Amino acid sequence: MDARTHRRPRAVLAAVALVATLGLTACSGGDDGGSGGGGGGDASADAVDAALEKGGEITYWTWTPSAEAQVAAFEDAYPNVKVKLVDTAAAADHNLRLQNAITAGSGAPDVAQLEYQSLPQFVLPGSLVDLTEYGFADLEDKYTASTWGSVTIQDGIWGLPQDSGPMALFYNKRVFDENGITVPTTWDEYVEAGRKLHAADPTKYITNDAGGDAGFGTSMIWQAGGRPFQVDGETVTIDLQDEGAQRWADTWNTLVQEELVSEISGWSDEWFAALADGSIASLPIGAWMPGVLESGAAGGSGDWAVAPMPTYDGGEAVTAENGGSAQVVLEQSKNKALAAGFLRWLNSSQDSIDVFLESGGFPATVADLESDDFLNQESEYFGGQQINKVLVDAANSVGKGWQYLPWQAYANSIYSDTVGQSYLNRADINDGLKAWQEQNVTYGQEQGYTVEEG
Amino acid sequence: MSVAAAPPPALAETAPRRRTQRSFTGLFFTAPFLAVFAFVFVTPVLYALYLSFFRDRLVGGRSFVGVENYVQVFGDAKFWEGAGRVGLFLAVQVPVMLALALVAALAIDSARLYGTGFFRIAIFLPYAVPGVVAVLMWGFMYGDRFGLAGNINDLLGSQVLAPLTPQWILVAIGNIVTWQFVGYNMLIFYSSLKTIPSELYEAAAIDGAGPLRIVRAIKIPALRGAIVIATIFSIIGSMQLFNEPNILRTIVPNVISTFYTPNMYAYNLSFVGQQVTYAATVAIVMGVITGVIAYVVQLRGQREATR
Repeated sequence: MDARTHRRPRAVLAAVALVATLGLTACSGGDDGGSGGGGGGDASADAVDAALEKGGEITYWTWTPSAEAQVAAFEDAYPNVKVKLVDTAAAADHNLRLQNAITAGSGAPDVAQLEYQSLPQFVLPGSLVDLTEYGFADLEDKYTASTWGSVTIQDGIWGLPQDSGPMALFYNKRVFDENGITVPTTWDEYVEAGRKLHAADPTKYITNDAGGDAGFGTSMIWQAGGRPFQVDGETVTIDLQDEGAQRWADTWNTLVQEELVSEISGWSDEWFAALADGSIASLPIGAWMPGVLESGAAGGSGDWAVAPMPTYDGGEAVTAENGGSAQVVLEQSKNKALAAGFLRWLNSSQDSIDVFLESGGFPATVADLESDDFLNQESEYFGGQQINKVLVDAANSVGKGWQYLPWQAYANSIYSDTVGQSYLNRADINDGLKAWQEQNVTYGQEQGYTVEEG
Repeated sequence: MSVAAAPPPALAETAPRRRTQRSFTGLFFTAPFLAVFAFVFVTPVLYALYLSFFRDRLVGGRSFVGVENYVQVFGDAKFWEGAGRVGLFLAVQVPVMLALALVAALAIDSARLYGTGFFRIAIFLPYAVPGVVAVLMWGFMYGDRFGLAGNINDLLGSQVLAPLTPQWILVAIGNIVTWQFVGYNMLIFYSSLKTIPSELYEAAAIDGAGPLRIVRAIKIPALRGAIVIATIFSIIGSMQLFNEPNILRTIVPNVISTFYTPNMYAYNLSFVGQQVTYAATVAIVMGVITGVIAYVVQLRGQREATR
């Protein structure tokens, strides 16, 4: 609404409207930036070592809480290298800023954090550096299969996994006990628990879901056995009505239509307050949640516990990844070998991972997931429960074969326009999924993909 | 772009020498303005226009598509839904806001109000609150679970107030915008009223005109130009509605879509959907629509003035 403050000659008034609208889009135009070519010198593991020795300055964008401590430890180990840390606060804005810098052709960092689901979007236009040439293939054995799979796209290695987020059921044990609710092992039991809890205490809800969070929806479909997105080169298959997707939507319909879930949006102040006082009694969410609970909902300390995700058939445990991210090196970087060196240290050296674990992060490295120290750790916040045992089991039971769309960030942005409308109108979520599919098919075709509907 | 900036060579040669010098002097004085104008105004418009004839694809990159983007905009239900919404907003909010501003300006100009300075600053103050802060503040008040709306509902024991629902959200946005800009428009009107020579009032008083008659016969006609200007500013502002819905969207993502207003649509196309060229097309079409409406209002205002 800034235009109201302008005072210009009359003849210009109409044009003011035009340019102010255009300013929005014009600044994001520009070239795709240079592509190809290394950062000077031959690219190999030796080149990385040499670059670390020689030193220089790089920029690192992240929202990881432990980043500052990690960078300090790195600079101690490699005194010639200076890392400029930029805290980008949240994933959504971070992607936007990164995309703008890439499109503008300058201003992007050397190393950045990216969620697994956003990787394809940056890999396909050639914005990231394939780390194979720096000998990163040797690091494969360090990581879990699912996280390594997420960073290897089209025969390239596009990042190193920082963490993972296998889903588990975080629940408020105090609230469950007070209301005589046993930990549900199937989703039917979960719905039943929701009814019982809300009937016993109308201020309490089994969980929250405002219906705007595509990351949650896709993870739940993944856990239900759905594989709605299949990408094969330039051919994309979308089927948001496969068996798994419908199974999740049918279950969630009951929860939403009977108003058993709270409409509080995730990550709001209200959300943290409700987690602390128990009015949101459980969360099916990624294994990175303990650190978030401890810092964001300190008042709930001692109340919470972790259980495996409920299943649909009561059979073998199965879960999905929810969030989690990797760090990548950008094609725009002027010192790619040094950036790769920092990245290698950041996500594969024990010094760095120890700092990361201390802040409550959930690792992607097999050695840490299997270490006795990690498994036997008793969490004070969780009443002394050895939560990592549950979470590592979850990491080992992630359903295989999931893929994200090459335009997942855009797809997620229109989730509330489609699936969100089903929540809003308490209508069938399957209809929302169909609308989401339709808009994604259109978008994919406009972007030049061959899109098939399953 | 350079073509537009270059002077027509034929004219420069045939013009007499003295005249050339004179126009050079004029150019010299306006050069700072022209340079900035060309850089931040003409160039972006031309660049957006250029972009609008291309299409970016994740697969295949940028290609020339002629007017295909424009054809697509005219059949784009999302665009027209947003455009219709700001049209409705404009038709309701702008008259309400300007009427309030007019009443406020006449009131503080009437010299019958005690504490004029206080009223003037109090009504203007919301304009000094940064837009984002204002929307966040109102967002908290609108909350029916935690905010003022919720408290009032609890007090009344019913759910009468629900500003963040699909039925009321546009009204809620209109309320924020009105709150923010009444003071600004009031100042435009007030400063215009101050320019009326006091002899007119004396003459009116001698003729026996009462206060209402003075308002009708002197003040309102004198304000006509200011009203036209304020209306055009407000139209442009309404057409560019962005901050308020975009920030409220973080509280109620399902109620406000990604294409709620044309500006939000262009923003999301460009920055989230990577469809920069189509976003440029949307922006140009919206700019033209805004320009046409503003021009019609201006013409009408001038006709009224000369009548």
